[in-house]
Amino acid sequence: QWPYCRKRCSYCNFNKYVVPAVDEAAVRACLVREARTLLHLSQVHSITSVFFGGGTPSLASPRTIGAVLEAVAGAAHLPASAEVTLEANPGSAGTPRLAGFREAGINRLSIGVQVREVLPRPVRRSSPCPPTATALPPQSLDDAELRLLGREHTAAEARGAVEAARGLFPGRTSIDLLFGLPGQSQDTWTRQLEAALGLCDDHVSLYQLTLERGTVLAAQVWGGALPVPPQDLLADMYQRARAMLVAAGFRHYEVSNFARKGALSTHNLSYWQAEQYIGVGPGAHGRFVPWGEGGRSREARVQTLEPDAWMREVQSHGHGTRRRVVLSPLEQLEEVLALGLRTDEGITHERWRQFSPHLSLEAVFGVPGEAKDLQQQGWLVLDCGGLRCSWEGLALLDSLLPDLLCQLQRC
Amino acid sequence: MALAGRTAAWWARLRSPCPAAAPLCLPPWLPAGPVACERLYSSRGKEKLDMLMYPVESIRNFSIIAHVDHGKSTLADRLLEITGTIAKTDRNKQVLDKLQVERERGITVKAQSASIFYNHEGVNYLLNLIDTPGHVDFSYEVSRSLSACQGVILVVDANEGIQAQTVANFYLAFEAQLAIIPVINKIDLKNADPERVEKQIEKLFDIPVEECVRISAKQGTNVEKVLQKVIEKIPPPQCNTADPLKALVFDSTFDHYRGVIANIALFGGEIEKGHKIVSAHTKKRYEVNEVGILTPNEQPTHKLYAGQVGYLIAGMKEVTEAQIGDTLFLYKQPVEPLPGFKSAKPMVFAGMYPVDQTEYNNLKSALERLTLNDSSVTVHRDSSLALGAGWRLGFLGLLHMEVFNQRLEQEYNMSVILTAPTVPYKAILSSAKLIKEYGKAEITIINPAQFPDKLSVSEYLEPTVLGTIVTPHEYIGKIIALCQDRRAVQKDMLYIDERRVMLKYLFPLNEIVVDFYDALKSLSSGYASFDYEDAGYQAADLIKMDILLNGNPVEELSTIIHNDKAYATGKFLCERLKDAIPRQLFEIAIQAAIGKKIIARETLKAYRKNVVAKCYGGDITRRMKLLKRQAEGKKLMRKIGNVEVPRDAFIRVLKRQTDK
Repeated sequence: QWPYCRKRCSYCNFNKYVVPAVDEAAVRACLVREARTLLHLSQVHSITSVFFGGGTPSLASPRTIGAVLEAVAGAAHLPASAEVTLEANPGSAGTPRLAGFREAGINRLSIGVQVREVLPRPVRRSSPCPPTATALPPQSLDDAELRLLGREHTAAEARGAVEAARGLFPGRTSIDLLFGLPGQSQDTWTRQLEAALGLCDDHVSLYQLTLERGTVLAAQVWGGALPVPPQDLLADMYQRARAMLVAAGFRHYEVSNFARKGALSTHNLSYWQAEQYIGVGPGAHGRFVPWGEGGRSREARVQTLEPDAWMREVQSHGHGTRRRVVLSPLEQLEEVLALGLRTDEGITHERWRQFSPHLSLEAVFGVPGEAKDLQQQGWLVLDCGGLRCSWEGLALLDSLLPDLLCQLQRC
Repeated sequence: MALAGRTAAWWARLRSPCPAAAPLCLPPWLPAGPVACERLYSSRGKEKLDMLMYPVESIRNFSIIAHVDHGKSTLADRLLEITGTIAKTDRNKQVLDKLQVERERGITVKAQSASIFYNHEGVNYLLNLIDTPGHVDFSYEVSRSLSACQGVILVVDANEGIQAQTVANFYLAFEAQLAIIPVINKIDLKNADPERVEKQIEKLFDIPVEECVRISAKQGTNVEKVLQKVIEKIPPPQCNTADPLKALVFDSTFDHYRGVIANIALFGGEIEKGHKIVSAHTKKRYEVNEVGILTPNEQPTHKLYAGQVGYLIAGMKEVTEAQIGDTLFLYKQPVEPLPGFKSAKPMVFAGMYPVDQTEYNNLKSALERLTLNDSSVTVHRDSSLALGAGWRLGFLGLLHMEVFNQRLEQEYNMSVILTAPTVPYKAILSSAKLIKEYGKAEITIINPAQFPDKLSVSEYLEPTVLGTIVTPHEYIGKIIALCQDRRAVQKDMLYIDERRVMLKYLFPLNEIVVDFYDALKSLSSGYASFDYEDAGYQAADLIKMDILLNGNPVEELSTIIHNDKAYATGKFLCERLKDAIPRQLFEIAIQAAIGKKIIARETLKAYRKNVVAKCYGGDITRRMKLLKRQAEGKKLMRKIGNVEVPRDAFIRVLKRQTDK
């Protein structure tokens, strides 16, 4: 987690800081130290993927990225095949810089054309999976929209950044696209999608703009200065994008993510499959069993939000974990359900069994109840592959989950 | 709660230095000096007062009546303070308002009484202040309290002047032939204009300007003068201790430890512990356990004598045994019962159901306990296919209903489903079969589910009220339009001074039940006031309207309405409901229907997309919390067919707002 940005985007309420000068050496030392400490705590042997998120981690120097990766490799096995993603901002991702990141060990880029992710940039362990790196996505390719979003790059810069990234990370560059902007029409969105398809590599993340409390954009919309996009238009935009991307050979493998030629984001997939991950950096989240300090249960962990405070804690304790909560078996299953159903594969019987050895998916959701009703209505599927949403159901997942949680809680 | 209130009052009294320096006479049980105070504490209940020292001539029984917020409770606090009845502290606010809901809303719901001892020109007087509720819904209780009085203090705000309730209360007192002492309160306010108010009083009530007392209850200005006026102008009760016992029950409360506590006014004779008494109403016999006065807490006395006001405990188990308006007399010495008064007449009915049927018994006992202290609520068992077993409750008005509901929540921690309030309609049946079934031709309908079909009815009747509105004249146009919209007929219009107008309208009761008062307040910037009194029934073209969700009726929203209003109301309810129900996985048709005929429809489209865009491992905790809260919420949803409706949706729909 690199918490700093050059500028505040109008839609973003992530934990990020715009400061005149970052003491990068100090932050680097802390990231390295915290990564070591937490990896030791987790007793993880092998790392499947590393993700540098933000903030704007592409503002950090390749040296910092390299130092963190070295620390990870020093504390656990980091195979050459591990996916190592960097979120990049078109404005801070010229070819020479990107080449520097590649030198440092980045092998996948996620480019925020307009939206940038606030992912917890955690390091994750275990599970044999192929590696990737993400560049900050090019969320929008329209200058007016970029201004609306308060982004500091132009559409041309975004295009340039994506092209540069693809040159350096062929088949391993992801772009973010944002829809549902105030004033955006289905036609403009279709044209933007076409442009994006002409530009993109094999991975696209597609996000509906969420108005977050405390952002400039939300204030403008709620204050009436900007129009609220109608619900039905948003649904149409989403379906249009799904159709176009699938027609272009993409697999819609998660609510907001599309990949072709198998270029799925291993790292993000591990969140949705409820695997273990370690969050390093201010405000980063993690989910792991702290075997190293005698823990036996999966914990939800959050690092201290504010960078200076986080650094002080890392300097004095080796890590800045602010909050740790032991997750009960039910809570773990709730997460498995809420996250797993976001993927096209859904929750396999095998994965469910890992978290619920005694009560099968069938036993919970195959009996008369909410899930059965939802299956009959065509939103949900339970078969030998496991429990998953239908194509139609995926767009309505948040309406299905409360019912499913009710049924789960009764077991 | 009552217990806690009492403890607190004692505490306050004990802590205060006894008001030895006060120029007024002390309550006889509270001798000066701290030592005496301690003694009092240890021997409370043993030293009983001898009430014989207050013969009829030295007794004054009075009430304070006022429009809401004109300062009735503050004046009561001051009267109790300056007479030493309660200790003088900054905390004496609404001393007689003991219920949490009363203090929160600044209204008096339950009448309380306090006996005040006051020395005037060398004579010890016993002044019994019988507090009255301060809202139109409770005007029945006001008239009840007045029956124990010989006079009233009519409080009018020096700034606001005469308001609708001032008029209503004045006539209650006037018709009861009580002495009336007009008091202009809040003269300390910057905008106070006592002269104008005095002129209003003269014009409207025919009371000479000179008789008004100008006071500031808040600051205590002239409050003593009010006491002197009470003594001078209010006649002592006309009765005799030598006569046989004749006691009027004018209120009652229920104490969990001691049973029913009846508030009584003695119109003849005397009463003491051990007396055998009979209720003229039930003919039941009781033995008196305790008598006393309220100061304002119960203070036992040896006896109570003719003219005095106090309480009585006589082993009554239920409040219904202490029927308000009943006359008590000594066993084997029957007397002509006092005229009493009509029993409380519910104006608004609503169904009440437990949110969860497993809560039925808890709710039942909460209702029983609450109605023990509020006998004006009528309770009938009721049940509905959709809502299960419940009750149909009758209230004096909508505020009364809200207050009752709030007390259920605050004092008994119960939350309930309330159906749309309805007024008591009547139908004159024409079908011989139905007449036989009901055993009479005229029936009262308090539940829309029982609305008889037009084919078997010769005439429907709706209750009406005579409404009084007092308003600054600039709002007249808007108010007249509002009244016309509510099918009201103007009966009178009078300028009470050059700026204020009093309007009288005959309203169908159902038109004012829900939101008339709010509408009136909002279009007059809060300046217009309103009060109403029962005005009998009138013929009306009534129909029953159902609201359907995907074809299934919503029982909470079934209403009986006037034909002319059906279309507009139906459309309105559908629109409001559309806003109050969240989108679901399927389309929802919201319809208003009369019989089989659909008169309005709104469509709530199905959700087509509802999934949060970003969900990564990181901040999943917050997301899970939200989902779990939604899952919890599901359990509390009311299901109509397969449509899930948030529990508060109906209440929100019913609370129509003018500014949509």
